[in-house]
Order: sequence, then structure tokens, then C-alpha cells
Amino acid sequence: MPYIPHDAEETAAMLAAVGVSSLDALFDEIPSSLQVHDMALPEGLSERVLRRELEGRAQSNTPLLCFAGGGAYAHHIPAIVWEIAARGEFYSAYTPYQPEASQGTLQVLYEYQSFITRLTGLEVSNASLYDGASGLAEACLMALRIQGSEKSILVPENLLPSWRKVLDTVLVMQQIRLIPVPYDARTGLLQLPAEAGDAAALIVPQINAFGLLERVDSLTDWAHAHGLLSIAVVNPLALAMLKAPGDWGEQGADIAVGEGQPMGIPLTGGGPYFGFLACRKAYVRQLPGRLVAKTLDARGREGYCLTLQAREQHIRRGKATSNICTNQGLMVTAATIHMATLGSHGLQETAHICHTRAQQLRECLQELPGVSFPHAGPFFHEWVLRLPVSAVKVRDALLGHGLLAGIPLQEWHMGEAGDLLVCATELLEESDLLTYRDALRSVLEAQ
Amino acid sequence: MNHPRENNRQNAVTDSIFDHDHALPAPESPGDIPAELLRKTPLNLPNASELDVLRHYTRLSQKNFSIDTQFYPLGSCTMKYNPRIAHAMASLPGFARLHPETPAPAMQGLLQVLWELQEWLAAATGMAAVSLTPAAGAQGELAGVAMIRAYHHARGDTARHKMLIPTAAHGTNPASAQMAGFEVIEIPNLPDGDLDMEALDAHLGPDVAGIMLTNPSTLGVFERRIAEIARHVHAAGGLLYYDGANLNAILGRVQPGQMGFDVMHLNLHKTFATPHGGGGPGAGAVAVQERLKPFLPLPTVTKGESGALRWMTAEDAPRSIGQLSAHGGNIGVLLRAHAYIRRLGRVGVSRVSAYAALNANYLLKELQKLGYQAAFPERRASHEFILSVSDLQQATGIRALDVAKRLLDFGIHAPTIYFPQLVPECLLIEPTETESQATLDRFIAVMAQIREEALAHPELLREAPHHLPVGRLDEALAARKLDVAAALS
Repeated sequence: MPYIPHDAEETAAMLAAVGVSSLDALFDEIPSSLQVHDMALPEGLSERVLRRELEGRAQSNTPLLCFAGGGAYAHHIPAIVWEIAARGEFYSAYTPYQPEASQGTLQVLYEYQSFITRLTGLEVSNASLYDGASGLAEACLMALRIQGSEKSILVPENLLPSWRKVLDTVLVMQQIRLIPVPYDARTGLLQLPAEAGDAAALIVPQINAFGLLERVDSLTDWAHAHGLLSIAVVNPLALAMLKAPGDWGEQGADIAVGEGQPMGIPLTGGGPYFGFLACRKAYVRQLPGRLVAKTLDARGREGYCLTLQAREQHIRRGKATSNICTNQGLMVTAATIHMATLGSHGLQETAHICHTRAQQLRECLQELPGVSFPHAGPFFHEWVLRLPVSAVKVRDALLGHGLLAGIPLQEWHMGEAGDLLVCATELLEESDLLTYRDALRSVLEAQ
Repeated sequence: MNHPRENNRQNAVTDSIFDHDHALPAPESPGDIPAELLRKTPLNLPNASELDVLRHYTRLSQKNFSIDTQFYPLGSCTMKYNPRIAHAMASLPGFARLHPETPAPAMQGLLQVLWELQEWLAAATGMAAVSLTPAAGAQGELAGVAMIRAYHHARGDTARHKMLIPTAAHGTNPASAQMAGFEVIEIPNLPDGDLDMEALDAHLGPDVAGIMLTNPSTLGVFERRIAEIARHVHAAGGLLYYDGANLNAILGRVQPGQMGFDVMHLNLHKTFATPHGGGGPGAGAVAVQERLKPFLPLPTVTKGESGALRWMTAEDAPRSIGQLSAHGGNIGVLLRAHAYIRRLGRVGVSRVSAYAALNANYLLKELQKLGYQAAFPERRASHEFILSVSDLQQATGIRALDVAKRLLDFGIHAPTIYFPQLVPECLLIEPTETESQATLDRFIAVMAQIREEALAHPELLREAPHHLPVGRLDEALAARKLDVAAALS
């Protein structure tokens, strides 16, 4: 029996100890009308056959050289990251509610929180949320709690649309209105909102959905001048190069949130990733999710434990800051090892290579007839390419060349039919950029 | 990479990654990005050698308890063995390198796995349809109660703003209902562990959206009158939500769909053996009866007429409650759950609850022989049971916390303690089906020794643990000092 160690003799002995005659008798309190004896499940497989079947499935997914981003990025993950994160002592550990038996996980989380505060320039980071988008919803709810009476959030129209959808699901349940902030169609950049209304916060996406860098200082200052909080939405790798949210404008952003996937997390079709959330220390009691602190034991030895648990559902129940319980612990473990392996030096270097590759690719596509770049920039590692034909068709045709060429903005109901969001990371060599150019040229010529 | 400090000495006690703290000069600034957008404060992350990083995190891992190294009789958490084959399959490059925006024709292998998992979870729960997207149990609950509201609203029934929840429920239940905008009404349990039907009937009415239950309940016993509860709630126009935290107790034996539940979540990181990972990621798939299908969260996987699979969008399902995360949920976790179910198959899955119940009832009987008091001695244990050490507390002042901490000294993870709150000084014990009799017997022997110690040498328990990297930590100091990030050196 897979993973059940009892043989017939052991089972009989244990049943006798319990004082029942059969396994069925253990369910004698359950009305027999409720008991089922069959389910439409397949037959079990040996590990050998299971492996063969799933390897077949994995191989039937077309291997593609990745030029797509849009919130999930193909990066190199050093071998040691998952070699250590997948150790049974991390992989199969429980939530660190028993701190004496969880010092490994707790210290990792404390280091993670420290790394995130340094990347974002804010004072406090929680121990993770599900992903960037759900993290942004939590950040909005947090801003609403801090501000008290306000009932809406200013949401940029150039926020990633999948993130906007999550806000629509979560915030609208609580009758919170999402007030759109338009962008300039020519530059792709946010316009200063016309008025603050009853908004608690302004979301400032750095990088926006077109891959462009926003004028974060003036947006943050505008928010503060109108009594709003500024919620920074940031890419953690880009923060190795770009201004930390804590330095935005005169006073700095109040909350920073983002998708942690670029920090050592494989793409895996969309998850599991993790959301990070950092804030000023003054707001720590409104923070959702777990938080780890350093403390001492009775003998004066340093150790780590979960803290301010009265914010959380297992203590405060219906009055908790969030319903979140299970978070993305193992992803954060991997991200911590990833950041420690690269260090500030490696992260800065990776960020610079990404930026350089994106510049090089843009330059090398400029020579193709009929293509253009609708936005002048600046960008980090992603930009919009405007094609003379449907971007969906071009993307689909390039699959045949082994390329995931980007994301047609039409699929997001943004931009024009020819707009393709293209991303370049350090995984691409210069020769890959030429492969992309040549394949695109041949596809465009065939149209 | 260079060592930033000449005097960096490994300190076995603190073992700090921040000994390597050092800001190196940043690479030259890119010319095309305006200076005011570039980093101003130097990025100060440690720059350690790869070997130092490897040793640091390997040593940290060794300070953890884990299923791979210890027994976890942790009630309500189902800490069963996490088969390594599931991890190996989820890590295959054909899955791990898939970008979420890959067009469906290029990711049929993944979609096939997810499609099968949807079908299998529906079959295992007796429900009509499944969405795999919730990232954890709490997100599944949020989606579930949101679907209940959407269902009522779609019928023009907009006055149902109350959610009934047993007093003993998991904390996420009221938190999720609150987050979805419901008013939470608590329903008490009777002394025998069953729900108080009179209290339930008193609250049912046109303002009640539904009730959130788990069965077996958090008290470790099966709610015997579930069919009657379902009848009453449905008669009053409400829906029943099943919290799948305790599904391991009935897997392959009783289906939530057959008990009358309308919507539920499953904790794949409990029942379907995916790892807890030190706190996540989990997966909290939701399953519904036919009438709630239009409201399932997106995306789900659907099969076209040609047999090709694709993600379902809001255009396909305009009444969906919407999207809960940027993509399709914790897919790597779903891959593991799929591998687990496929490995066990129909017969293997149906054995799960039988052996989970056998192990729990065996432990209960043997621990009672040692003098431990069952909270519900007249009842059959489900996959878990509650002991109360109130008698020890009265005799010696020893509390459940002290028993739990002493267990750690013997290399056994503590059971869940002080939950559910209505049983004083309680230990909630769940062995799971993957533990052998020998492991259970060792636990019983340790519990016997601890009971003797409690009576003869209570200070041994009160000061436990003695043999771990740290003793009991000063949590008040942690909250007061609030050192939650390493200061820059």
C-alpha cells in the first residue's frame, strides 16, 4: 500500500487494541447512508510507471526560449537554491508555531524580512503573501485600515490587468471602490490624478504594464499632498538598480508590495510564487500575515519567534488584519537563499544584464521594416513592440520557431492589435537576440 | 566572489549571514534611465562565498523539525509523508520552465494534469466541479463564501448578510467570512461534541447566507446529525460550506457532496500530501455543486470540442467571482497532488481515512490507559482526538504547553495545543495514516514517561525544552523590542 506501512498482522493487532473487529467498524458513528464505497478515480500506478507518464506530459509542453514577462520572468536560478530549499528539513517542516523546533525556518524568515527591507528602503517586511497581485489587495486593505474612513483606492489603468482583476475580486467584496487613474496614451505613463476624492491610497506601479518606468517621485508627492498613502508596486530584481520605494518623493512610499518570483522561483506555469509586502514601522500593527522577530530565551540565548500574532486569524479570528494563514514559506526560503547567493553584487549585475539585453534587443529589431516602438521609455527589461500585423498571429507563428515572443497586449485588452510586450533577461545570450530578430523577420515577410 | 571582511569568523552560536554585510560599488549607471529613477541608497545585502551560503543554510535547516526527521502528531494539520516522487515530478523542466502566458496549444501537458486533477477532486468529494486556483485553505474559504454570496445575489436574494460558524471552528473561517463582508454568528457545540441544533434553528432565517462546518468537527468527532443540519439550513434558504481541513478523516469513505454540502475547499497540503514547506505554499482548491458552478473562481481548465484544453476566462464565465491571484494558482503544488492521487489510485485513496482512523483510535486507547483524559471519552475518534491535561494542571500546575515543550526534547513535534479553545488544557493529536505502529508505540512510551515526570519532577516539563538550540523564547520581549530586520552594521 503506497505510503501506508501497516501489514495485515499489524492492522489486526491495532484493531484488537482499539476493540473493534474491522477498519469499517471505526466509522460506526457515521450513518451508513452517508458512506460510499467507490469513486471515479483511476487505478494507482507504481512510481516507475507514474514517472514515465508524467515525464511524457512534461515533455509534451513545447520548450520555448522565453521573451515574455508581464509579471513572471525567466531568470537563472543558481543550483544551490533549490538544492537547499528542497532539503526535507525545510520542505517538510510545519509552520513555525513551535519556535524551539523551528529556528531554521524562523531565522531564514528573519533574514528574508531583512533583505526585503533593504531592497525596498522600508522598515518592516512580513513573511510573505500568496503572490504579488493578492499582496497588492492586502496592501490596499491595509491602507484603508490605516486611513480609517476612506472607501476607495486610486488604481492606475496601466497596472498589470491580472492584478487589477484580483483587486476587483477581493476589494469589491467589501464595497471598496476602485477609481481608475488614466495614463497618457502617447507616453504610456500615468497622469497625475484629477482629484483624491475619498481614496485611502494611490497605487504607483514601478514598472507599469508597458514595461515603462513611472515618475514615482511626483506621484508619491501628489499622494502625500492630498492626504493619501502611496503604495509602491515593484519588481524586486529591478530594485537592485532603481530607486527604493523608501526614497520616493519627499517622504518615501508608505507601503511597497510586489511579486517575488524573480528571486529564485521557477515559472511553473504561474505558481507557486510569493508576494512581498513592506511598510513603515508605524504601520506594523496593520500588517497582514506572519512576522518574525529576534528575541532571547531564559538563558539569554538569541532566537527567533513569530510576533504580533494578535493581528492574525488564529488569535483574533473575525477581527484579524487578514484571513491569511498558510503563506508561501518554502518560496521565501528559496528566495532568501537566492538573494544570499547573489548578494547585492550579483543582483546588481543581473539587473544590469537584463537592462542591457532589453536595450540590445530593441536596437536589433529597429532594422526590421514596419516595426516600431510606441513608447520612448525609459524601461527596465521590458517594452512594447508595435508590429504591422496582429501580434497574436506573430506570437503564434513564432512558437514554431521555438520562441515565446512576448505577450500580445490585445489579450489584455490594452494597446493596439499589433502591440507585443517583449522582455529580455540575463538568460538570453546575444545570439538569442539575433535568433529572435531573424525569426521575426521571416514571420513578418510571410504575413 | 571576494570575502568582504578579513576578520569574518564563523560563529557557531549566531551563525549570521549578516557577518558578510557589505555594499560593493554598484555597476555603472545605465545612461538611458534618468538619475532620479535610479537607486539612491546603496543596496546592502551580504556578499558571501557560495560555500559559506551553502553551509549557513544547511546548518539552519538542521535546526528545524520536519516530517522527514520527526513524528508530527499535529492535530488539524495532517502532517503525513510528502512523497519525494511528487517533488521530482513537479520539478521536471517541462513544467518548471513554463511561462504562465504560454499559449494553451504549447502547454497541453500541464493543462492535461490540471484537468485530471479537477476531475479527480470532484470525484473524491462528490461535487460537480472544481477550481484549483485558491493558493491555500483561507483563500479557498474566501472564494467559497464569495460564491455563496454571488449565488444568493444572482437570485435577487440580497438580504443574506450573516454567516453561521461553530464556536470551535478554525480561525480562518470567521476571518474569511469577515473579509468577504459577512457578519459572523457563532453557534455553540453540545457537551457530546455535536452542534447545538436549537441554537442553529434559532439563528436560521432570511438573513442567513449559510453555515461553515468541517466534519469531523474540530473536536475530532463526526457530526452525526449532519443530514439534519443540511435539511434545516437548506429549508431556510442557506447554503452549507465544508472546510476541508479534516477531509483526511473521511477520504474515500464519506463525500461532502453526499452530506449535503454545497461548496467546499480542500487543503491539498494536508489531505493530498503536498509539503507544508515551513508555512506554505499550500493549495486550497474549491469544489461546488452544479448550481454554484457558474461562480467558480478563474481560471479553470476547460476542454474544447476538439479535445484541446485551455484556460477558461471571464468571457466564458461572466458570473465567476473572479480571479484570486495573477495566474492559475499554486500550480507546482497541484502537480504534486496530482502525482500523489495517481500513485495511490482509487484503492489507495480509499485506504487513507481507514488507516488515519486506525492510528488515531489506537493512540487514543493507549494514551487513555496511561491516565490521559479524552475530551470526548464516549465518542469514536476520527483521524484526530483531543486530550485534556486539566487533571495534571490541578495536581501539579503542569499545563498542555509544558507537555508539548517536553515532547520536543524527545524528538517529537508538539501536538496542536489550546485549540479548540472550548476544551481546557487540550492537546489535539493527529498521527496520520503514514506512521507505523512502531512510531506510535514510541510516542506512547514517551507520553508515559512525560506523565510520570509531570507528577514526580514537574520542573522538567516547566523548563522544557532542554535539548534544542534554544529554550522557551521571550515572546513579550519580541513584541516589545520588535527587532524584525537586521540593522545595518
